[in-house]
Amino acid sequence: MSTSAPADDVWLVVPLYNEGSVIADVVRDARRTFPNVVVVDDGSADDGADAAAAAGAVVVRHPVNLGQGAALQTGFEYACSQPSMQWVVTFDADGQHQVSDVVDMLAKARAEDLQVVFGSRFLDDRTTPSLAKKIILRLAVGYTNATTGTRLTDAHNGLRAMRRDVVERLDITQNRMAHASELVAQIGQMKVRYGESPVHILYTDYSKSKGQSLWNSVNILVELILR
Amino acid sequence: MKMVLIQFVLIIVVVLVVARLFRSRGARAQAIRRIGLLVFATFAAVSILFPDVWSRIARVVGVGRGTDLVLYALVVAFLSFTVTTYLRFRDLETNYTRLARRMALDEVRRRPEPRAAERPAVEPPAAEPPAAGGPA
Repeated sequence: MSTSAPADDVWLVVPLYNEGSVIADVVRDARRTFPNVVVVDDGSADDGADAAAAAGAVVVRHPVNLGQGAALQTGFEYACSQPSMQWVVTFDADGQHQVSDVVDMLAKARAEDLQVVFGSRFLDDRTTPSLAKKIILRLAVGYTNATTGTRLTDAHNGLRAMRRDVVERLDITQNRMAHASELVAQIGQMKVRYGESPVHILYTDYSKSKGQSLWNSVNILVELILR
Repeated sequence: MKMVLIQFVLIIVVVLVVARLFRSRGARAQAIRRIGLLVFATFAAVSILFPDVWSRIARVVGVGRGTDLVLYALVVAFLSFTVTTYLRFRDLETNYTRLARRMALDEVRRRPEPRAAERPAVEPPAAEPPAAGGPA
């Protein structure tokens, strides 16, 4: 077990869209452990990109809003341009994710020689989504498992750690919400060693006010079927 | 009994059109679409000259009136239009995304951001030493 594995080869990819009020704290907090953070500003109208840069993140700016999936892919390509990068971690800008969970995920990946570690809300009982959200998430997991040949307990979790060789082969084309399933599907096809690690999602008032409406699950389904 | 025939034909046509358009790109699909359009236009002209032609075809395939047949044809045409348009927009969006991504990445490369060490300092470097080990 590695106690303090080097964090210099880890890049956090943070898609940012109009979350200027929290991004600086999220970046600062993350950089205490992981100094390399790339924030992909997806055409935000606020000053979040400047705040992120001031907090020490590398900021890549989309000239127009393209969607979270597109922002992740941009972040992957930026991270792959860094020769020292060995791990990419996708991390949300709204403060829902815990840096300590990322540390655990990477430790698990290194200890068990996994290429991908997905975060899961359902491996322990720290996360408490509403009942409706729980049902939708379960359905989403069922659909993803059935169509991608993977076995996961939480498919739509924004926290994932992926090794360089996996990230280099990813090509996310679902710009909008269906990218999470697409990512799982592509990883499923690669036949890599993956695992899951429990994470705690903080449903703060802020993230709730921004959160995905459940109607979005309908949109995700349509985007996945009509691809 | 006769309505069954037209229902059968229409369902087959809908499924084929959708399946065809779903999975196909490139020259062949485009050619098929254009031929379809040509046939459609020719038929429109013919039916203007001989309005009766719809009713006759309708009777052959088992629909009562020509008007109904036109409606069915319209449904099929509209459906295929919707799917084609959706796919075209998807392709367009993919290209547009690549373009925007290239611009964004080029901009960062042109003005290289300071390396980790030179970026605004992180407060106490080892404030929270990473927790040992992962979950069992």
